[in-house]
Amino acid sequence: MNLAYVRFRGGVHPPEHKEATEGRVVVRAPVPERIVVPMSQHLGAPNEPVVAKGDRVRRGEVVGSVEAMVSAPVHSPVDGQVAGVVEVPLAPGLRSRAVEIVPDAEQDLDSFVTLERSEDVKAVVRAAGIVGMGGAAFPSAVKLQPPQDMRISTVILNGCECEPFLTADHRLMLEQPERVVRGGRLIRDAVGASRVVIGVEDNKMDAVEALRAVAGDDVEVAALPTRYPQGAEKQLIWTLLGKEVPKGKLPAATGALVHNVGTAAAVADAVDRGKPLIERIVTVTGAVARPGNYLTLLGTPVSALIEAAGGLVEPVGRVVSGGPMTGFALGVLDVPVTKGTSGITVLRADQVPPEVYGDQPCIRCGRCAEACPIFLRPYAIGIFATGGDWSRAEEAHVLDCIECGCCAYACPTSRPLVQLLRRAKQAAMLKGAKQ
Amino acid sequence: MSEAGGVRRLKAGSSPHIAASLTARGIMAWVLAALAPSLLWALWNMGTPALLVAAGSLTGAVGTEFAWNAIAKKRHTLGDLTAVLTGVLLAMTLPPYTPWWMAFAGGVVAIGLGKMLFGGLGWNLFNPALVGRAMIVISWAGVLALQPNGGWFRTLGMEGVGELDAVSGATPLGLAAADRAAAGGYGFQTSSLYGDLLFRNLSGSIGEISAALLIAGGLVLVAVRIIDWRIPAGYVGTMAVLSAAFGGDPVFHMLAGGLMIGAFYMATDYVSSPMSPNARLLFGVGCGVFNALGRFFGSMPEATTFAILFMNGLAPMLDRAFVPRTYGWVSRSE
Repeated sequence: MNLAYVRFRGGVHPPEHKEATEGRVVVRAPVPERIVVPMSQHLGAPNEPVVAKGDRVRRGEVVGSVEAMVSAPVHSPVDGQVAGVVEVPLAPGLRSRAVEIVPDAEQDLDSFVTLERSEDVKAVVRAAGIVGMGGAAFPSAVKLQPPQDMRISTVILNGCECEPFLTADHRLMLEQPERVVRGGRLIRDAVGASRVVIGVEDNKMDAVEALRAVAGDDVEVAALPTRYPQGAEKQLIWTLLGKEVPKGKLPAATGALVHNVGTAAAVADAVDRGKPLIERIVTVTGAVARPGNYLTLLGTPVSALIEAAGGLVEPVGRVVSGGPMTGFALGVLDVPVTKGTSGITVLRADQVPPEVYGDQPCIRCGRCAEACPIFLRPYAIGIFATGGDWSRAEEAHVLDCIECGCCAYACPTSRPLVQLLRRAKQAAMLKGAKQ
Repeated sequence: MSEAGGVRRLKAGSSPHIAASLTARGIMAWVLAALAPSLLWALWNMGTPALLVAAGSLTGAVGTEFAWNAIAKKRHTLGDLTAVLTGVLLAMTLPPYTPWWMAFAGGVVAIGLGKMLFGGLGWNLFNPALVGRAMIVISWAGVLALQPNGGWFRTLGMEGVGELDAVSGATPLGLAAADRAAAGGYGFQTSSLYGDLLFRNLSGSIGEISAALLIAGGLVLVAVRIIDWRIPAGYVGTMAVLSAAFGGDPVFHMLAGGLMIGAFYMATDYVSSPMSPNARLLFGVGCGVFNALGRFFGSMPEATTFAILFMNGLAPMLDRAFVPRTYGWVSRSE
């Protein structure tokens, strides 16, 4: 394991808050009264429902699919009856069509309708509906087909889990390391790479040991310095390979392909057991009575999951889908868990930064620039964005912003920096689209 | 938050949903805490006169910020402690016998002209405390140059140059400059003053009482990353090198005068200094260059003040000249 112990430039180290759940063995969340399977659980084209009201569906059966290249089919996570096609809110504030299913009273959660056998791993991954499970939810089969001119030499499995509070990946690596390693090998062979590296932050050394115990000689496990956003693709590639992803290029341009460890485990399940992506581990933590890691059927309402965790502990500040750095604050709790839902973080009222009214002054301390892992100057871009000067924001490379939120986190006067940068990005992209 | 029809509505909001615990107020409190030992040591040794100067300066600074916001019907900003810090810093740059009303006027000008007129916190081009001090220096030059002999002051046992006291002052730097001009060299061993300058210098400004306490406080601020080491390092390092080059005693010139307070507490002011690392280093070096030039070849004993103010004016340009490279924007030969 001759890996340099280096740290990427920038980033922040918020209090980790992982102690509440990192020692909790994954348990199954109860089957909810209703399952809502959104047609859009991934980046790319939404699926079309292929079932109708009154249909019987079986666990693992496809309920939505579409021909588009960038997409991933969705499956029923239960045996049950379709109650109808409805529209539901999703965590990022969007709405999606969804198939609502009433689960049968009797469920056999150990079995499912298996996928069609195939030698082509990419085809199996696609049929299984696997998407990036770290949160981005990009269809994994698409990632397994990089452009012809790019040779993938290293497959990186992302086990960093750098967001505070979340421990779902941690538990997965600890409890089922062989599935993660198996997935890494499958992905490596599918893209013709020679090397697999699993990157894990060094606040989970037990997971590092567990993985190493099953990794063998052909899979490397690297302990990386704990620092947010170590799990961001560009930072992870830099730490492990010492290479920067050139601007405007895919990470594959560095010869690296990054997949989340949860995704790798799902790939192993799909290939070895014919299992579609119908459930995932979700950390439910923070201000809930019984924080823990729950193996959750996709489509379970967040409210049911919170109930399974013993309910909210008042006073609640925000309920976040995902981690506190990049997650989405939920306005309502009847949002379904989707393939990209890594956790539900309930923040106490006193943990949420005060709402800022009006324009907070920039004291030019430079902490935002120091924290920016892309080496931008958020202070300057923030001021351009406040003044609506989109072209200067673009000249300052705002389009390179990865929206990790480090700048806003670090700002001592609570300027909404990443929010201003997002606005500037949208304006710059809109301008680009018009031209 | 309400529960209507079984649907619980929560407050949304954009990520990140947590924030670092260090606020602007916390930063200012750190700097004030780092200054506290020097200030308390000065008040203990200099007594009532120093206390009057500090009170005058603080009242002027804090009162002006309060009055400005009240008149402009703006949100009050005293809670961020920046006006308090300005008041304390200004007091520390003034000699203890400065009339209280002069310190008060300095505080008014520091906040009024140096800060609020530019738009308040974050918008001022120049360090407000130094703006206040510059006004006092220019308006009442004679008063500041005077250095009463005796009383609560020691004159470092150099009564031999006593006839100069009334005009050029008996601060170590004043003595050094006057003596050099008269005799073409130092009439005293600068090294004999190290102890005084480090621990109990009673002949300079309130804040110059102990270089050791200032350095200790400054190093704490560097260690906890409140200030960037590049500015004081560039500043003090350049002063040492140039002092030696100009034929002075580098240790003496590092310890004497307002260099330490300037390097650790004034030049590092966020608002009026550059933000990118390289620009900060160059900013510190620039302060050192102009400070040394002023000290060795200038006619006023205010080298530190004007060196920093001059570099304040250049800070925006330095920031524009040293834009950091963005991730991924590399020329690749591969």
